[in-house]
Amino acid sequence: MFRPSHFAAVVLFALFASVVFGITQRDTPQRMFRYGLYCFALFVASAIVLSWAMFLIAR
Amino acid sequence: MVTCLPGPVRYSQKGMGTTPDKNAGTQDLAERYVYLPLIAGWLVPGAGHFLLRKWGRGTLLAVSILSMFVLGLAMQGELYRGAQDVLDMLGMVGDLGNGLLYLVGRALGLGANQVQVTTADYGTRFIVVAGLLNVVAAVDAHNLRTGRKS
Repeated sequence: MFRPSHFAAVVLFALFASVVFGITQRDTPQRMFRYGLYCFALFVASAIVLSWAMFLIAR
Repeated sequence: MVTCLPGPVRYSQKGMGTTPDKNAGTQDLAERYVYLPLIAGWLVPGAGHFLLRKWGRGTLLAVSILSMFVLGLAMQGELYRGAQDVLDMLGMVGDLGNGLLYLVGRALGLGANQVQVTTADYGTRFIVVAGLLNVVAAVDAHNLRTGRKS
């Protein structure tokens, strides 16, 4: 059984979803790559920010 | 003597008299049936793009969607088998987006029957999202076929 940490699961999810978003939402390879990178950064950054927010709210 | 048969012309005159293209068969199929890339893309991740000879995009889509589905199963994610409530129904709709992957997974009895650990919950989401991403990819193949996207 594969048991990733929560963060590893977020990174894997962000990676695969960003590849699909990049390819399907833009026309040229360069723009696809940049949009994919942008989506990946947003996924991971928002997960970190929300995690800290929930941690601080729970205290 | 040249005879003209009534009815629709069943071949393309484009490229006649030139060296036959070895991919002409699949290309011709994709040209004839507008919804073929959409349906193929839904049934097999990336197949819609392969039909349109977008090899790079198709490979990346196939690897991403397959990896997500397989990792979901490896995390003991659940394949929705019935719809007892609205959330189950939505999950099953997402799972159905995986096309043949879902049907084969169901036939082989893959996936957990019940989510018992946290990673299994992640796995269930991975499988549902893989299905939704596959639908997005299939629609992209359809848009390429119809010329809405290049």
